[in-house]
Amino acid sequence: MGTVAAPAAPMAYGKAVVPRDWTWPQAVVAGGIGLFLLAFLVVPVANVVFVAFVDRASGGFTLVNFQDFLANDIFVRSFWNSIWVSAMCVVWGTAFALPLAYFTTRFQFRGAILVQTLGVVPLIMPPFAGAVAMQLLFGRNGTVNLLLGEWFDINIPFMEGLNGVVFVQAIHYFPFILLNVSAALRNIDRAMEESAQNLGASGFRLFRRIIFPLALPGYVAGAVLVFVKVFDDLATPLLLNVREMLAPQAYLRITSIGIDDPIGYVISVVLIAVSVGSMWISTLFVRGRDYATVQRGGGGLAKRMITGRDAIMAYGVIILILLLVLAPHFGLLLLSLATVWSFSPLPDGFTLRHYERVFFESGQYITNTILYAGLAGVICVVLGVAIGYLVMRTRVPGRHWLDYTAMTALAVPGVVIGIGYLRTYIGVKLPDGTSMAAFWFMIVLALAVRRLPYALRACTAALHQISRSLEEAAENLGATKGRTVRRILVPLMTGGIAAGFVTSFATASVELSATMMLVQRTSDAPLAYGLYVFMQSPAGRGPGAALGIIAVVIVAICTFLAHLLVEKDRAPADR
Amino acid sequence: MTSTAAQAPRLEPVGISIAGVNLSYGTTHVLKDVSLEIAPGEFFAFLGPSGCGKTTLLRLIAGFAQAQTGRVAIGGEDISALPPWKRDVGMVFQSYALWPHMSVARNVAFGLEERRVPRAEIAPRVQEALELVGLGHLADRRPSQLSGGQQQRVALARTIVVRPKVLLLDEPLSNLDAKLRVQVRRELRDLQQSLRLTTIFVTHDQEEANTICDRIAVMNEGVIQQVGSPMDLYDRPANLFVAGFLGTANILDGAAEGAGTERAFRVTGGGIVPIPAALAVPAGVKLVFRPQNALIVPLAAPPAPGRTRLEGRLVHREFLGATIRYAVRLAAGEALVDQPHHGGDDQLAIGATVGVDLDTGKALFVAA
Repeated sequence: MGTVAAPAAPMAYGKAVVPRDWTWPQAVVAGGIGLFLLAFLVVPVANVVFVAFVDRASGGFTLVNFQDFLANDIFVRSFWNSIWVSAMCVVWGTAFALPLAYFTTRFQFRGAILVQTLGVVPLIMPPFAGAVAMQLLFGRNGTVNLLLGEWFDINIPFMEGLNGVVFVQAIHYFPFILLNVSAALRNIDRAMEESAQNLGASGFRLFRRIIFPLALPGYVAGAVLVFVKVFDDLATPLLLNVREMLAPQAYLRITSIGIDDPIGYVISVVLIAVSVGSMWISTLFVRGRDYATVQRGGGGLAKRMITGRDAIMAYGVIILILLLVLAPHFGLLLLSLATVWSFSPLPDGFTLRHYERVFFESGQYITNTILYAGLAGVICVVLGVAIGYLVMRTRVPGRHWLDYTAMTALAVPGVVIGIGYLRTYIGVKLPDGTSMAAFWFMIVLALAVRRLPYALRACTAALHQISRSLEEAAENLGATKGRTVRRILVPLMTGGIAAGFVTSFATASVELSATMMLVQRTSDAPLAYGLYVFMQSPAGRGPGAALGIIAVVIVAICTFLAHLLVEKDRAPADR
Repeated sequence: MTSTAAQAPRLEPVGISIAGVNLSYGTTHVLKDVSLEIAPGEFFAFLGPSGCGKTTLLRLIAGFAQAQTGRVAIGGEDISALPPWKRDVGMVFQSYALWPHMSVARNVAFGLEERRVPRAEIAPRVQEALELVGLGHLADRRPSQLSGGQQQRVALARTIVVRPKVLLLDEPLSNLDAKLRVQVRRELRDLQQSLRLTTIFVTHDQEEANTICDRIAVMNEGVIQQVGSPMDLYDRPANLFVAGFLGTANILDGAAEGAGTERAFRVTGGGIVPIPAALAVPAGVKLVFRPQNALIVPLAAPPAPGRTRLEGRLVHREFLGATIRYAVRLAAGEALVDQPHHGGDDQLAIGATVGVDLDTGKALFVAA
């Protein structure tokens, strides 16, 4: 550079010229996603909250709706029932999950993988589908109690009232704890344990002082998920004929009294408050305790051989838990093949009639499910990749808000989304004159918004593993940002994207809370709804169970595919 | 043990004896018939390349690996059957393994609590141990708030506070930067001397082992190659692996000839080195010399007395500061020769044919 240019040099290197560090296409994508989230998450939920605090006559702010809520015995009792059921589900879920997680990560024995796999099976069935089967197995006149009565003349009220909800939900949701605790245990640096042993700790003290505290953040994450899910669940209590819980109350108010009944909205606000509150408490608790990054070695706990009496005990505990946990599937299968099953330990006879009926008369349930869940999965993945990219690879203003907003869907109960959509879009008319709230695509949107957090996490995780230098190398060789995304990022993210899609698809295909509010015609209904309708009548139980088994099969295949994709994606990374 | 922390009794140091240890993981034979005696109060190193079994041997002493045969005794007591938590063997892990959910003080107190030391005694002993490593003021910090060097000291304090019978250090300096490494290794040596604690130090870095250890066991492929003081190993390597692993060694081919006092080693392509009469020289022996034991001279000059002349061509040159290291291609192999560098000297030109005059008194005869 010549001397003439010297005065200009500080300008070039200094702060005088700050180039815009985002591009218009990025901003447009961010804006579009923002609008989507606004229309189908923020506005509906805000609407619900708004209505709860507004006086219907004057339109002003009021707390009178909440006073009505508190003054009514049923609602207060429902609230405490919901809290109790959720808490008990955490307790029982913990009891099921901890031994399985600890034994399988800690000891070297045959079947550890089988246990881990079977342990997750309950998740791949709508909880309400198992509910009826559980009545037949564990109810007052169910298989277990009939046998117990015959042998010991006792009758255990597994399924009476709230017990039933706790029992069914704990069995359904405990895998969240199992998965989180197992992952946490596997992430513990082996040297953490060995250094404690080296200093004289062993056995239960070692577990209590070192292993448990290190796995605690994982446990809390799983436990709070169970609590929130159970608190929000609508269909299981309804199917077990338990009405005095919050989510069913909201549904009953809106469907029986109408969309204008403020109590439904008040209950929605309470549901949101409890969800957000429990998640907030858990983050406070976990804050500063996320040790994964501090530990360097990894590799998990040292696996030990288990022998003799310990092995027999461990296997005994595991088999007992697995039997219990797989009971709903077993019961549902029996029910779907039974001619008549009532007041007897096992069905009187077997038939394929129910499957026939489901396939030929109610095939739309299956096709609707695949259509809705598939579309929802695609929306989730597209949004997930886009938001993930904007957050991690660009500097578009407001990108973090997209992320936060999408994640808040975690804390919004399905019932609330359903009520919010009804309230917001009932007045919007489609070109053919029908209400937008009755349009089947709203179900897809509700499913998509509710699954978005999971897909988003899967996509960001995939993006996180891709070194920036891979993209920089492409740009260095002349690829534009857009082409780099298409040719480098997306192919490398395939595994994550596929996992995100399948998870969204599988969980969306058995979701019922939001769907139940939004289904207007049985011809538009997905499988989960059809199952619910069938299960209302004793005659429908057989076909209902058959539908449930079909749902399980669909979800099981998807989960297996997801597993394959993730494994395939991970394989080359391992040395 | 007395109950006053301040006057901690210095326990008599104990020796470690390892006898006939064989250890395999599946079909991989990791330790092959390892036997070793470590004297009380000794600072001992296991030195070898990665995968040589040195860390496995250390973990065996701590009880984290199980040998198929052999025994380990500490202070004459066989501990082979004891679980790790009953061995009273202090180990500092390579990753430090500080528990992130406990403060520094709680980390250090852990071993005392496990030993049911009275509560009143724990706090002063923790403080004393932290003072010893110079971190008394950081007792309430979390491990994640400390630098790598500080974490390393906490790990050390956590181990020595329980006054273990012996101290095992698994590559304790590998996570520190170069400057800190020099400082910490010196501190480790001072600490070990003041505690008179039998210590084993695992490392792949010969400089680390040389600078702080009394004796070293050089390991390769699961076999102990040689045990001795750093100078012993350098001056009298038992085999070519040891010769090459400690310092730089020039290895030349050739053959021993003659008998009695007339024995000499004839280097392939020229040069004769007399073999001392007392030295037994097995077949297949090679001549080894260090870069500082030869001179590069013009071919015209006759070799000085006590030196033998090798001829070759200069192929490479590295300026190291105090010395210039030349690589000379000889008929018997390539040799590295260090020439002292004094300011203003000219460097020799690459490609020149030169004489390498080897100090015959410093030459070593090493078996493969």
